[in-house]
Amino acid sequence: MTQKLQSITAKLAPATLITALLLLWQLCSGLGAVPKFMLPSPVDVLAAFIGDFPALMQHARVSLSEAFLGLGAALALSFGVAFLMDRFAFARQAVYPLLILTQTIPTVAIAPLLVLWLGYGILPKVVLIVITCFFPMTIGLLGGFASADPDLIRLMQAMGASQGQIFRYVKLPSSAEQFFSSLRISASYSVVGAVIAEWLGGFEGLGVYMMRVKKSYAFDKMFAVILLISIISLLLIRAVDWLKQRAMPWARLQTPNH
Amino acid sequence: MKLQTENISKQFDGVPILEDINIHLQEGELVCLLGVSGGGKTTLFNLIAGLSRPDSGRVLLDGQDVTGRPGQVSYMLQKDLLLPFRSVADNVALPLLIQGMDKKAARERVLPHFEPFGLAGTQDQYPGQLSGGMRQRAALLRTYMFGRSLALLDEPFSALDTITKGNIHRWYLEVMEKIRLSTLFITHDIDEAILLSDRIYILAGRPGRITHEIPILEPRPRPADFPLTPAFLDYKREIIESMHLNQ
Repeated sequence: MTQKLQSITAKLAPATLITALLLLWQLCSGLGAVPKFMLPSPVDVLAAFIGDFPALMQHARVSLSEAFLGLGAALALSFGVAFLMDRFAFARQAVYPLLILTQTIPTVAIAPLLVLWLGYGILPKVVLIVITCFFPMTIGLLGGFASADPDLIRLMQAMGASQGQIFRYVKLPSSAEQFFSSLRISASYSVVGAVIAEWLGGFEGLGVYMMRVKKSYAFDKMFAVILLISIISLLLIRAVDWLKQRAMPWARLQTPNH
Repeated sequence: MKLQTENISKQFDGVPILEDINIHLQEGELVCLLGVSGGGKTTLFNLIAGLSRPDSGRVLLDGQDVTGRPGQVSYMLQKDLLLPFRSVADNVALPLLIQGMDKKAARERVLPHFEPFGLAGTQDQYPGQLSGGMRQRAALLRTYMFGRSLALLDEPFSALDTITKGNIHRWYLEVMEKIRLSTLFITHDIDEAILLSDRIYILAGRPGRITHEIPILEPRPRPADFPLTPAFLDYKREIIESMHLNQ
């Protein structure tokens, strides 16, 4: 009972703050403190969101398919690379610095190059998402594989387990926790990555739509897109959390008293 | 002869850890290896389990040379090392899966053992839901499912409280008898060693050598008040003295 009450208060606090901020924003716009074309009020944004809903969905579909393709490819690639880096010490030593190096290159800086090389189609978008999502997932998986208890590996060896069996029974499931943490990050990165890639060229997608409404100074629509991107990212994170719950039943069934 | 080590020596980075270790184990015997921490006990276990190779000497199991060949003896450590993400039944079935049995057959093989091992009703729980004593039983059942007739136990009960430990000792001796297991047991607990063993080897010095071999002649099953008898204390005194002489 008290726990339920606590959970309600825990949700009430941020909800109250958000409502207060929205009211303040509405008030600022309504009183003309900021010109309306520069900062549309929340009500305007909501109106634009509803009015533009069919178009928004159409573009969201494009961006989401890019995001999923990119995320899927990044997933496959990071599994492959992390597996090889875990199995072969020389692969780890060779690839690790390169991995870090790719992270020092700002995504926004290479996106125009990708468009130049790969055109205005879906390919440069997917590649950009792969570049963005690949790193956190590879690092997460590698850390997860390495988190397996060395005594456990010793025991498996003593039972005559092969390298492949040790990977399958010990290392892979040991990495689940860290894998889902990095998937959570990557899922939201993938949507943002798609939007950034679309800014730089393309015919469809939320990023393209965003550029279009920006050029026509339709800031209410601009905010509507931002709202949609936030909603999509949140939903994706929730989806990953749900997946994690399903994939890791043991994590829920921990008795805390020993 | 179940197990015999012949003149085993091992060093790490030029530092000798073990020198000229000769121990043996008869069929069905429970032998303790007693020594201070860091004295090379675990190194010796890894050598016998085939996880590493000695610099010189051989390991004979049932008369066969098994030096450097893992998978020949059952092996259990102080930590229960159950996989948290597998149900108890799937944990216990792991050695069978490693040997190539399919998942369903392995499960059917392990389930009948849950009752005699005192694990009834836990098969679909996760290790995180069990108490320490239960987890150690599950780990023992897994060791048993591995099906080797020699078990190496590296301080398997040292993390348990005294009462749980006493129960599990009694229970282990029963199980051992039933399945005719031979056991080589590492401990630094002198009382535990006297209580359980047929013989005790004392490993001491740097590099580690077997300095004493002490048979415990008390017949089995040993009465509950054995630790309170003068005979027990005599053994204890003998062991403490022999350990001190080497320091």
